[in-house]
Amino acid sequence: MKAYRQVVVLAAAVFAGAALADTITVVTSFPKELTSAYKAAYEKKYPNDKLEILNKGTSSGIAFVREQPAGARAEVFWASAPDAFEVLAAGNLLEKVDIPSSGIPDKIGSYPINDPEGYYRGQALAGYGLMWNTRYLQAHKLPPPKEWADLTKPVYFGHVATSAPSRSGTTQLTYETILQGEGWDAGWTQILQIGGNSAAVTERSFGVPDGVQNGQFGIGLVVDFFGLAAMASGFPVEFVYPSVTAIVPANIGAIAGSKNPEGAKRFIAFTLSEEGQQLLLSPKISRLPVLPAAYAKAPAGYPNPFDGTIKAKVNFDSALSESHYYVVSSLFDQIITFRLKELQAATKAIQDADKRLGGRQSKELDEAKRLAWTAPVSAAQSKDKELLATFKSKKGDDATIRRRTQIEEEWSSKAKANYARAVELANAVK
Amino acid sequence: MIVAVALAIGAFLVVFLVVPIASVVYTAFTSGDGGFTLSHVVTFFQISLMRESFWNSLYVAGMSVLIASAIAVPLAYFTVRYRFRGALLVQTLGVLPLIMPPFVGAVAMQLLFGRSGSVNLLLNDAFGFSIPFMAGLNGVIFVESLHYFPFILLNLAVSLRNIDGAMEESAQNLGTSGFRLFRRIVFPLALPGYVAGASLVFVKVFDDLGTPLVLGVSNMLAPQAFLRITSVGLEDPIGYVISVLMIVFSVAALGLAARILKGRDYATLQRGGTSLQKRSLSPMQTVAAYAWIGLVLLLVLSPHIGILLISFTKVWSYSVLPEGITLAHYATVFEQSSHMITNTLLYCGLAALFNVILGTAIAYIILRTKLPGRQMLDWTASAALAVPGVVLGIGYLRTFRGLELPFTDTALTASWIALVLAYTVRRLPYALRSCMAALQQMHVSLEEAAENLGAAKLRTIRRIVVPLMAGGILAGFVTSFITAAVELSATIMLSASASQAPMSYGIYLYLQSIAGRGPGAALGVIAVVIVGLGTYASHRLLQAQSTAGEQRLVNT
Repeated sequence: MKAYRQVVVLAAAVFAGAALADTITVVTSFPKELTSAYKAAYEKKYPNDKLEILNKGTSSGIAFVREQPAGARAEVFWASAPDAFEVLAAGNLLEKVDIPSSGIPDKIGSYPINDPEGYYRGQALAGYGLMWNTRYLQAHKLPPPKEWADLTKPVYFGHVATSAPSRSGTTQLTYETILQGEGWDAGWTQILQIGGNSAAVTERSFGVPDGVQNGQFGIGLVVDFFGLAAMASGFPVEFVYPSVTAIVPANIGAIAGSKNPEGAKRFIAFTLSEEGQQLLLSPKISRLPVLPAAYAKAPAGYPNPFDGTIKAKVNFDSALSESHYYVVSSLFDQIITFRLKELQAATKAIQDADKRLGGRQSKELDEAKRLAWTAPVSAAQSKDKELLATFKSKKGDDATIRRRTQIEEEWSSKAKANYARAVELANAVK
Repeated sequence: MIVAVALAIGAFLVVFLVVPIASVVYTAFTSGDGGFTLSHVVTFFQISLMRESFWNSLYVAGMSVLIASAIAVPLAYFTVRYRFRGALLVQTLGVLPLIMPPFVGAVAMQLLFGRSGSVNLLLNDAFGFSIPFMAGLNGVIFVESLHYFPFILLNLAVSLRNIDGAMEESAQNLGTSGFRLFRRIVFPLALPGYVAGASLVFVKVFDDLGTPLVLGVSNMLAPQAFLRITSVGLEDPIGYVISVLMIVFSVAALGLAARILKGRDYATLQRGGTSLQKRSLSPMQTVAAYAWIGLVLLLVLSPHIGILLISFTKVWSYSVLPEGITLAHYATVFEQSSHMITNTLLYCGLAALFNVILGTAIAYIILRTKLPGRQMLDWTASAALAVPGVVLGIGYLRTFRGLELPFTDTALTASWIALVLAYTVRRLPYALRSCMAALQQMHVSLEEAAENLGAAKLRTIRRIVVPLMAGGILAGFVTSFITAAVELSATIMLSASASQAPMSYGIYLYLQSIAGRGPGAALGVIAVVIVGLGTYASHRLLQAQSTAGEQRLVNT
């Protein structure tokens, strides 16, 4: 009987909740600390509005929005990955919002803060950097790294963790930065060396900071706020920006066909206002505002991309990044994520052989290094229109998919054979 | 009457399982212009990574069944066969691994057994080496066996209780004892329970996604399907081909298990009063048995111990034990998320109730009637085991798009009813296995006797069949309830508001951020305690019932 009554009460609550007109539903991939701070501040300012936060992973969030009928959709989409917004915009699921961006610059470095077509807005900035566990480095007697290139050093073998570009938009941007900074061929060599030193390629970008803060991994490639927030929460970790890094916006956009478009606009405007931007500075959130004025109230030592505390040396070319996005993601998975065990073995064998040689040259070892650390796609091939088109096509037509699978199969088996051969060659070096 | 029930169940399964899944996986068989094609399936078999993944999944599932059996069979046997203090406690604690969502358990397991976990830090300090418990395929097998062995424990324990003691006595009179008695008489009679449990473990491990993902193993089928389906911006049919193949393979595995049992008779006539004789152990044996069980339980409960430690402390990083005791995490949880506890109880309770009703009905139709096509019900229901939660979630959103609940303007998919339906469909196979095993062990002559005495079919079912199946039904209720309570992938997809979300969603949400680990663990502990108490209560109920049965027998 009691249970029955509970059902009725709950059901009534559900229906009553749906009847309220001023609910603003926000689909987001951001953690609770951030969303609850915004919910509290926003509802205090606009007591008639009710903010409903729906936390979903980025891809679940897209599917959730896409599968709802127009007119009944959620109001706001709020997430890091720019590609998620591109997908939504391509599916006509975003609405252009007209909010004056007073005080927010158009660009950070050479990267536009807001969508040039106006479908979504940059709401915070994120830079990629290195986070390490101080206890772990001490126990293993490792020096703290400063640059991406440090992670290729043999001392860090088995101590690094990274996510995959296909799983996390920010990881994709980091590796893209390396590719643009070093050039395609040298960039892949560096990425493969970092991959060979990695203990794991995690499925979610959060897996990296999580593993570093609990001491499973020594060093991770992470987005700044994970590192800064972990330091603020008292974990024995540290974080630095390397000198070559990408700073990119996390975005917010209004969903087309929502129940309450006015509410969406109100909330987005709030997040971009000085008041909304300052919420980002709270230690447990630790994100970089897009509004330079908001840094006035930041604690001492807070990184500021607008005054040169963090430098973005690379002139990031977002059109180039966009053009080979899916090739880079897929290539990384085929030769690193899915072949991690083999790549680790090759890297270990080469590093051991280097030690045995003690500075002497060896043709065999050079060949082993070339085999293990060269991507199966050359710089020239990476510009091939046909290749790019095969991976960019979103339609599932048979021929394209067969072609794509075939190429992936070639990369995968070539990588596997190369790693095995590299191990043989390196082991033969006396 | 039976036909109507069968049709109703069939319709339910079609609407809430077949259609939603079909609406998603049809991509596997469509070409770019919308026509039918098998080209993606052919492509699948040409990818060496896929063949490798398939063998890895098969290997991991098979090894997990072996290790899970090694843990579960002795636990079930000792606690049912011998006069044993704390047998009830052992059986309750033995179920606890199922209550722990794999993604939470893995966090604790990493801290205890991982590369820099407590055990390896101690080993390294003392002996200068460490053991990679959590690395690669072996790590997956380690975690999966510890997580899923309760399926075997629960089902086998019920089967053992249901064996007619007269069988054992006859064997003893004929001169058998010891291991031979177990091997030739007791275990074969309990086979339906064992096979039910083992086949569930096999299929569950084969399809499990959370564990390989958390351990970073991607060369298995389920992670491959997931990674391909959830890539942002690409509609990749190969991911759906994997889903379809996993469904087919899982149903085939369960079908094989059914074939093993087919053509043999496990039914025994007597119930309750003369179940297996309880024996006493000698003092030495008692000590040995307790020590062994203690060791197994310590291993099995390590994720829970880890979560408990995390929930009461501030920082745990590269150290044997965490530091800084605090109650703040529990305060946070009660302040922010107490409604999620009630939600979980309500949704999962309803789903488990539907499951045992459906499970009993399907078991009866399959084992006691000659309805043509009745096996289809079993196969369809069991297919749910292999459906990734993401696929079912998207399927619901797609199929019931725009459908509103009667008398309101709320969409079905925006209400918690969608969650209850998804849990029901996804957890039905568990309840169904338990109910089938229970009915298989019951001799049909008991029903015939009732009917000869003039009872109508319905009355026979109500007064004879259901009470005698009670143990199995309860086991089914418990397994579907607790596994629904930790279901995550469909939950994330279908949760349409934070106020209606269940605990599993809350735990997931907390674990998304570094500062949220403590509160997430606290909510996990609360979940374990609530579901653990429920399991304990149902075991008590079962025991009270069987003593009551004995009492009746003595009185007559």
